Amino acid sequence: MKVNTQSNLEKVLKAGHLGVTSECGPPRGSDPEEVKEKGSLIKDHVDAVNVTDNQTAMTRMSSLAACVHLKLMGIEPVLQMVTRDRNRVALQSDILGAASFDIPNMLCLSGDHQSFGDCAQGQNVHDLDSMQLVQTVRHMRDEGKFLGGDDIKRPPKIFVGAAANPFADPFEIRVPRLAKKIACGAEFIQTQCIYNLDKFEEWMKQVCDRGLHEKTFIMAGMTPMKSVGMAKYMKNRVPGMDVPNEVIDRLAGVDKKDQAQEGIDICVEAIQRLKEIEGVSGFHIMAIEWEEKVPEIVERSGLYPRPEV
Amino acid sequence: MITAEQKPVTEIINYISPYRRILLVGCNECVTVCAAGGKKEVGILASVLHLHFLKQGKNLEIDEITLERQCDPEYVEELAPHIDRADAILSMACGCGVQTIASRYKEKIVFPAVNTKFMGASESQGIWAERCQGCGDCMLGITGGICPVARCSKHLLNGPCGGTSNGQCEIGPETDCAWRLIWERLKELGMEDRYEEIMEAKDWRPSGGAGPRKIIREDLSL
Repeated sequence: MKVNTQSNLEKVLKAGHLGVTSECGPPRGSDPEEVKEKGSLIKDHVDAVNVTDNQTAMTRMSSLAACVHLKLMGIEPVLQMVTRDRNRVALQSDILGAASFDIPNMLCLSGDHQSFGDCAQGQNVHDLDSMQLVQTVRHMRDEGKFLGGDDIKRPPKIFVGAAANPFADPFEIRVPRLAKKIACGAEFIQTQCIYNLDKFEEWMKQVCDRGLHEKTFIMAGMTPMKSVGMAKYMKNRVPGMDVPNEVIDRLAGVDKKDQAQEGIDICVEAIQRLKEIEGVSGFHIMAIEWEEKVPEIVERSGLYPRPEV
Repeated sequence: MITAEQKPVTEIINYISPYRRILLVGCNECVTVCAAGGKKEVGILASVLHLHFLKQGKNLEIDEITLERQCDPEYVEELAPHIDRADAILSMACGCGVQTIASRYKEKIVFPAVNTKFMGASESQGIWAERCQGCGDCMLGITGGICPVARCSKHLLNGPCGGTSNGQCEIGPETDCAWRLIWERLKELGMEDRYEEIMEAKDWRPSGGAGPRKIIREDLSL
């Protein structure tokens, strides 16, 4: 399979290995040590590290700056970019900025609505949507041109991803929506956190029936629960999240001090089950403010050591 | 229609308190339909203001007039005989009406008595909802008659984001997910294949991106 960029993630996936990514949320301040510390906790156990872009619309250190810190440490970043805050001028400009540091991966998102964050009074942009952003990066990379038509000197070489949520409504639009993202040029997909494995498998079967798993690399999103409280919060308060009662009951069934370990166990078991599913090309492990647990999850899931490609 | 809601009375009082003779102008069009600034609301607001200032020992003189259309210079001209008797004008029309008055009667201050909200339609008695953002390049023909620009909180043009829950938008249960509505409508029409057509980056110039907009119809101009 032809490799288009210097991305390690792209090489791992195209060599037929199960890929592993994780994520780092930049701090709500300017101290780079926080990013570096998170990065160093996970760097040996993943192929690349996503850096979130003002997630939940809370103002944070910029994703691009945090990516640069990781890159300078020798960690491969996946630059997350949302269309909420920047128009097509700023998006293209930041893509070039990322490419100037040879950041080789990008994840294109629309972003959580600003009403969830600390600037609810602000206006959102959404000049492009996430699919049009995928098209934009592919156009810049493959045609070597700006959206405006001019040539780019040294076009960005970026492996382009997008998100998919198999659990949001309406369920039946979710596979067609994935097809559309692939048609726009998404080369890899990272999914929303998976807790309802049956529903994920149903979605994945539809994906495979359409042959979409052969056109993109689908990385299953996994987030370990720290407690039954977190599970309930995810179920009731996080838009588009599907947490079955069995997960909550299982966490509630152990002592509070053991719930975190139970959450890790649930996550590892889920990965082991999904590894066997047709269409799953890897795992995106989002251990939110719990990066130190990523190595354990990766090792126990049989995904360590990471392949050298 | 253009929808509006009356401003808080305290804000209106703050505007007009330096003045004694007020010309209170309603509009017979949209703001009448949405019960924000028609003849009836002009009467009620006049009574409220009278009462407020009477309590303070000030006899406010309010001239009440409701025009056919405040956004039309032809009707705004009807205020001419009343202007000299007024210290200030209080308009209950949308922002278009307020500005039409301001541009015709330059020597008088004009205050808005309503907040202009959006272009919307009535969903049921007493409920209006946004339906159009005037993007200048209508795509309702390909989205099953439901507008993603006006009705998706992120103006997404290629489908729902990942935040839809129980068919509602992630911003809250009182907002339907526009793309859920579009999908259901396309299915009813047997046109769900249309969903997979990619909408390219939109040209926002007709939407206001190129600056304030104007329609010039030479066939109608004098």
